[in-house]
Amino acid sequence: MVDLIQGRYVQKNRLPSGGRINRDKILTFRFDNRYYKGYEGDTIASALLANGVKVVGRSFKYSRPRGIMSAGVEEPNAILQVGSTEATQVPNVRATEQPLYDGLVCSTVNGWPHVNFDVMSLLGRIGGNMMGPGFYYKTFMFPAFMWETYEKFIRRAAGLGRAPKERDVDSYDHMHHHVDVMIVGAGAAGLSAALAAARTGVRVMIADERSEMGGGLLHSTTSIDKLPATQWVAKVCHELDGLDNVVRLSRSVVNGLHDHNFLTVNERRTHHLGDQAPEGVTRERIHKVRAHTVILATGAHERPLVFGNNDLPGCMQCSAVSEYIRRYAVVPGGSLVVMTTNDAGYQCAFDWHDVGREVVAIVDTRANADSDVIAQAKQREITLIKGSAVIEARGQGRVTKAMVASINADGSFVTGEPRTLICDTIASSGGWSPAVHLSCHTGSRPRWRDDILGFVPGETHEQVLSAGGVAGTQTLSACIQEGIKAGTEAAAKCSNSSVADAMSAPVVEDELHAPAMALYLVPHTKAPTRASKQFVDMQNDVTAAGLQVSTHEGFESIEHVKRYTAMGFGTDQGKTGNVNGMAIVAKTLGQSIAETGTTVFRPNYTPVTFGAVAGSHTGALFDPKRFTPMHRWHVEHGALFENVGQWKRPWYFPRQGESMQDTLNRECVATRTSVGILDASTLGKIDIQGDDAREFLGRVYTNAWAKLPPGRCRYGLMCGEDGMVMDDGVTSCLAENHFLMTTTTGGAAHVLNWLELYHQTEWPELDVYFTSVTDHWATMTIAGPNSRALLAKVCSDIDLDKDAFKFMDWRSGSVAGVPARVFRISFTGELSYEINVPAHYGLHVWEALFEQGKEFDLTAYGTESMHVLRAEKGFVIVGQDTDGSITPIDMDHAWAVANNKPFSYIGKRGMQREDCLRPNRKQLVGLETVDPAVVLPEGAQAVRNPEQSIPMTMVGHVTSSYYSANAGRSIAMGVIRDGINRHGESVFFPLADGRTIEARIRNTVWVDPDGERQKS
Amino acid sequence: MFNIYCPYCEEHREEEEFHPSGQAHLARPADADACTDKEWGDFLYFRKNPRGLHQELWQHTAGCRKFFNITRDTVSYQILETYKVGQSPQVKLPEVKLEEPRHG
Repeated sequence: MVDLIQGRYVQKNRLPSGGRINRDKILTFRFDNRYYKGYEGDTIASALLANGVKVVGRSFKYSRPRGIMSAGVEEPNAILQVGSTEATQVPNVRATEQPLYDGLVCSTVNGWPHVNFDVMSLLGRIGGNMMGPGFYYKTFMFPAFMWETYEKFIRRAAGLGRAPKERDVDSYDHMHHHVDVMIVGAGAAGLSAALAAARTGVRVMIADERSEMGGGLLHSTTSIDKLPATQWVAKVCHELDGLDNVVRLSRSVVNGLHDHNFLTVNERRTHHLGDQAPEGVTRERIHKVRAHTVILATGAHERPLVFGNNDLPGCMQCSAVSEYIRRYAVVPGGSLVVMTTNDAGYQCAFDWHDVGREVVAIVDTRANADSDVIAQAKQREITLIKGSAVIEARGQGRVTKAMVASINADGSFVTGEPRTLICDTIASSGGWSPAVHLSCHTGSRPRWRDDILGFVPGETHEQVLSAGGVAGTQTLSACIQEGIKAGTEAAAKCSNSSVADAMSAPVVEDELHAPAMALYLVPHTKAPTRASKQFVDMQNDVTAAGLQVSTHEGFESIEHVKRYTAMGFGTDQGKTGNVNGMAIVAKTLGQSIAETGTTVFRPNYTPVTFGAVAGSHTGALFDPKRFTPMHRWHVEHGALFENVGQWKRPWYFPRQGESMQDTLNRECVATRTSVGILDASTLGKIDIQGDDAREFLGRVYTNAWAKLPPGRCRYGLMCGEDGMVMDDGVTSCLAENHFLMTTTTGGAAHVLNWLELYHQTEWPELDVYFTSVTDHWATMTIAGPNSRALLAKVCSDIDLDKDAFKFMDWRSGSVAGVPARVFRISFTGELSYEINVPAHYGLHVWEALFEQGKEFDLTAYGTESMHVLRAEKGFVIVGQDTDGSITPIDMDHAWAVANNKPFSYIGKRGMQREDCLRPNRKQLVGLETVDPAVVLPEGAQAVRNPEQSIPMTMVGHVTSSYYSANAGRSIAMGVIRDGINRHGESVFFPLADGRTIEARIRNTVWVDPDGERQKS
Repeated sequence: MFNIYCPYCEEHREEEEFHPSGQAHLARPADADACTDKEWGDFLYFRKNPRGLHQELWQHTAGCRKFFNITRDTVSYQILETYKVGQSPQVKLPEVKLEEPRHG
């Protein structure tokens, strides 16, 4: 081999001229701690091949050395980890698609400690014959508890790349599009379709995964309209770029074709520029495209042939060899043997020969093919071996020999003595598999065609057309014609204007083609289980023998074979191996490929980074945060916050040196002895109006609303149709036809939808309207014996006399000079006023209350003290003390259920079901620990007899539990079977830490049992 | 991702704006109190799960907030029609003999 010296460095496989690379721009990159050089326009793969690098990875299961096999998206072996810093690590990068940039750092992902010296390969070599399908499942199954240990080592040994441990330095975004025609793939068919559609004026988008559009035309020797194919591509792209109804996306892989023609397109905007995106540019973008008609022009992938040791570095696809030579000016070796079942495989031998390297032989599996390419081979004086096959590759870590033998006409057995050809590269072509992946994404099954030896897209109900290679079309002229036809047809479907004459097809001269031979497993002198390994799926190390064994073990459905052997499960989704594998399974089962069928491809077509999926929905934009109007005050006063849905609620307000319990004690005692204040703005508020508003409330609440007069408030309990408690809150009558409903903070949106559902679908005849006013009002609750005195200092136009403004009344007036609604309701059991003012006045009123509240030592309390204070009174929190299996009766709220209402309200019938009426249901009770200092853990399970053997019979659990400074002891609520009838009995709580806590069942009220204070 | 025509907004909108609410045309028994436990249980819990055409209730949650009905093919995910609450579907569903739901 001659090293070609260019300037100061050597790229031994680089040709002195040619290729679509920029030789003026030399790029340095690092691969596995060694530095190499390449050119602008290279991929990592082309640059590695130019530098003579053979081994780029170790295989998943057997740890065999692997080399670059393809030049595109279908690559199973050259899967690298890319990134120069921890934060910019990207796993699963196909070296064949990653453009080279200066300073690129990449490494192999398989192979420990090093790709050229792999410890695991010893296991693979020694144990290889014993490592059949299901090896890991079978071997490491016992004892079951050890699997987690085994798995760590197996995973480490396999190596699947790794995610970065640091925060991503780049940003990502999403963009939405609506187009008439979406074209997937920009080869000959796709570009023709785009042009045909675009010229009619409809909105067109065309996307292609590669950095340059053109597909196979970029390394084609054909001419179109007497222009070299690459110039035709440039001309078409230029015309498309001049049209403002066209969006042309390169480096953009269409990863999903979802229902109703919704496509997800992953554009890699800066991967060719560097490790990090330039300032102000997103690294990747997901285009979400809704298209009227989709044209699939995704082309086809060449199937490599399956023969002994076909995974040795140096075994490649024929088309890949051509692409490296013509597009990148890289010849991947010195001496080539080509094996092909079809005419297309010859081209790589011609390309290799024409740049002056040795073609040892073309081995054609067909005995009597007659076509133009054979004449061309003879013209070049290339040795042609017909009716034969490369049955095995030989070499240590790379190809050094090819074993060639004659085979019978259908390729089922070897007919002659093998002979040895010396070579370092074996290119093979077993035909072309249409890239049907996207066509499967909405459930369509591909259809087998014997005439082209491949699956094509199946029937679909969506507006999806196929053109070119994906439709099984194999000549260039036909691909172009189909593209034009599809583009014209798609445009006509979505525009009412009459379409002008279809674009005329350019002139292309096709060569005479001879039919291809169906060959999916090259025969060997030995049976597959005894021959050298014949790989079907390189990425998951699935062999022909493994597939045969799995069918012998009883796996007959191709979907089961796939799951047992892992064929097609890799990041390449079996793009090169699947059809060979299905054909081998079909043959073993004695059925046709059509009968065997194919597994179904699912999104995504290629791996997608999480960053792209997330887009800009990260950090502060991940989920909206809701703040009350008084939020700034809370922050300034040291509040810690609790998330309640999207709301940030003050949790508690610790002072210097206080523990959390200290704070709660201070807040709770201050409230019961003087006055406390709570920001309750987050409570759901629904404004309800209409002539039938009162009737509607009677139907959705369990209690009565017919007689509630304006100026009064009432607690309401809401159930589902099953009779279980769903939400609660106070609803106030503002006027005869006007109510204000409050809901729990977390239940607000659900309750509003619930009301709308019943109004719109069940009782549309009722005149009632619902409006969410949660955000319109700032709500602050002042509670405690001094709350009336405090309110009097800021409110002069409401008569606060205890008989004029009673418990469960509301009044309108002004507070701190602001129009306000004041509700005399209480969630603490204290004398309490809930002041509602328009949201923008909230902070002003809050601060005014603090200014006037100094003499009462007004104390702000948060949600935690609110919980303690309400639990001291036995007030429940729906969702904490209830869990969807608790009726109002179970909750000991029979007083809130009115069964004499004329309309059968929601929940009434549900509550009467047999199971809801049976005895021994879990019921809400108070729980008093025998030791007053011990606080029960919430969720602790109750048993009646702690001495029983495990598993114990559990009779309930703790729902709320706190230390109460006001009660001077721990307090708790829980649900206990038959609890309401068992006050005074003991239950026991055996805990995970070995303690057993005893508690007595009692009522739920710990403070002010007669409820005097709230009425005072 | 469905592309759904809202019969109130009279436009196709993305699925993200909508929320499914289960089977359509579930009438609440007019006299709930007269229902047997079995009848009420059927109303509460038993739903069709057809392979093929199905009528579903959806809400345009991030749009007009209106509930409406969809006739959808559960295999192909095609939406054959959308219509307002109170209207009748134009697409006829095939007669399916359902097994008696088992109780207990």
